[in-house]
Amino acid sequence: MAVEEILRPRPTIGRQVHGVLHRMPALSPLVILVVACVVFTVANPRFVRPENLSILLQQAAVVGSLAVGQTLVILTAGIDLSVGAIMVMATLVMGKLATSGTPSALAFGIGFVLAVFAALVNGLLVTRIKLPPFIVTLGTLSIFTAITLIYAHGQTMSLPSGTFLTWTGATISFGRFELTIGVIMMLLLYAGFAYALRQTAWGRHLYATGDDPEAARLAGVRTGRVLLSAYVVAGAVFGIAAWILVGRINGADPNAGLNANLESITAVVIGGTSLFGGRGAVVGSLIGALIVQVFENGLALMRIDPNYQVLAVGVLVIAAVAADQWIRRVKT
Amino acid sequence: MDKSRNLPRRTAFAMAAALAGSLILTACGSGASDTVGVSLILKTLSNPYFVSMQSDAQKAATAQKVNLTVAAGKTDGDTQTQITAIDNAISRGDQGILITTNGDAVNTELQKARKAGIFVIALDTVPTPPSTVDVTYATDNEQAGKLIGQYAATKLNGAKAVIAMLDLFNNQVVSVDTSRDHGFLEGMGIDPGNKTQNGQEAKAGRYTGGKGGDYTIACHQPTTGAIPGGKTAMENCLSANGDINVVYTINEPAADGALQALKAANKKNVLVLTIDGSCKYVNGLVKSGDIAADSAQYPGKMASVGVQAIAALARGGKKPALPAGRNFIDTGTALVTANPLPGVTSQTPADAAKACWGS
Repeated sequence: MAVEEILRPRPTIGRQVHGVLHRMPALSPLVILVVACVVFTVANPRFVRPENLSILLQQAAVVGSLAVGQTLVILTAGIDLSVGAIMVMATLVMGKLATSGTPSALAFGIGFVLAVFAALVNGLLVTRIKLPPFIVTLGTLSIFTAITLIYAHGQTMSLPSGTFLTWTGATISFGRFELTIGVIMMLLLYAGFAYALRQTAWGRHLYATGDDPEAARLAGVRTGRVLLSAYVVAGAVFGIAAWILVGRINGADPNAGLNANLESITAVVIGGTSLFGGRGAVVGSLIGALIVQVFENGLALMRIDPNYQVLAVGVLVIAAVAADQWIRRVKT
Repeated sequence: MDKSRNLPRRTAFAMAAALAGSLILTACGSGASDTVGVSLILKTLSNPYFVSMQSDAQKAATAQKVNLTVAAGKTDGDTQTQITAIDNAISRGDQGILITTNGDAVNTELQKARKAGIFVIALDTVPTPPSTVDVTYATDNEQAGKLIGQYAATKLNGAKAVIAMLDLFNNQVVSVDTSRDHGFLEGMGIDPGNKTQNGQEAKAGRYTGGKGGDYTIACHQPTTGAIPGGKTAMENCLSANGDINVVYTINEPAADGALQALKAANKKNVLVLTIDGSCKYVNGLVKSGDIAADSAQYPGKMASVGVQAIAALARGGKKPALPAGRNFIDTGTALVTANPLPGVTSQTPADAAKACWGS
């Protein structure tokens, strides 16, 4: 960049937009979400019916929850390709234990602990052995998937509704609008982590470590521990996501999370969190997950070939990263 | 300086030794033997349908003194892993390959295997073209679809049909997907409108099956053949059209998901139809009547008959011959329902449970 370019004052509108986006990275995906909802409502008024909006949230609950954990990892400039595999592994363990007579709550507990343990393995490989997160989770993706298939022989499990394990599928009605416990849990996860990341020392340390680990270390942040904690806490979130999935399908299906790994990353990226670490907001990931679901549902209502949904998501990912680069360009 | 970045020398040495050791082991493991070698290459191992093929093939292999090697795609549609497995079979010098193909991308490799003198049998679905393989043992997927289509048309008794089609994919053409979808429409008495693609039928018109009547197609949605996909697809279909009363599903997990969405929306008296015939669903949702009708298939039988055929051939027997006018040897399909209808041949779930697959 030439010197005179740096010295030239920017147009004020551009600078204002830039400044606002810099402070609130979740704003641009929010605009996209609102516009998409308006367009789909005009195309087919059924889109905005309370029944359909309830369904949208239920469809987004699993990937939305995974995206919370994925956000934590991506904020540390890492990436977790094994999130779906961890979740499905936990669901099958929960399902198989519950169908073979283990009390529902204990089955959940064991599956949950397993998810945390799996994430701990990822975290230790990244922080102690110093392997790149992409490589570690690429490997564990295969490992966890294989363990799941060996354990379950590819079988689906069905669980009765009304047990502790399937409680996440129970609904609360507000007239024609229905929320499942799973959706409420997902929203609580977002609220909790939005607070923790903004208001606690742990959250600040996570951002600092992701932005510039060396500077954070010099400032007294124990970066290794912070990194490890991000993976482990994410594992706990994946355990909750597994519970939400079991409630959504009243059972477990080894083929359930095949695309969840990339879907969670997609939600985080569209939501404005930077893959370079240290920038982004967890709430953006919720908006990202909703955008993907809104496109799928809206296009289905318009009877448009679902391949266009895949196309739209691809374009959104590129646009989100391009916007992120633009916002990063000048630190206001 | 961060010392842990540099691997301690001892660890590096141990790793190198382990690597060398494993290489030596694999080299020793490939000793030639005079038994018959057969490769079973499955679509995936994440589906009990194929897992039951594996276990029945294993039983047949033990009985026939055959060395069986099993490989499988990582996901539905994963042709790369299958191609690698075909190459491995050629390298190993196997006499036969049994394959449930994930797509036409494996055809060139199968031709290569046949040139190398390997007898190639396709299981479950006929490849395009059928001459890609020596012979196919399969279920007539179109016939399986027809049976549930005819059942639905008869059951409607002249009423208007609002149909949801829950397919496998929307982003790739797989023969099992189109055969079942089209078979169902033909059974209902609706022209699929295209030989190779789903969703090309007229969106509204008259169906001629049973007493005949009006129909509309409410949606075609992909399910990936899994419960969550089935549920999401059904939810989207119901959002688009709340009057759906007939639901075709590609397989039982998709039907399972669809039923959950219907239940959540309080939709009753919807005919949910599917194809598979696994013990779990025959003894469950089919027996309870939630799945109105299910076309049963016999995957284990395909695999064990395939292993026997290769073993016989390798020991000087004859090649299996195709029946006149067919491009595959049919291992059968049967309609299973808890509510039999006059004029429609069917089995009770209790009868079907005697020949079902999976656990």
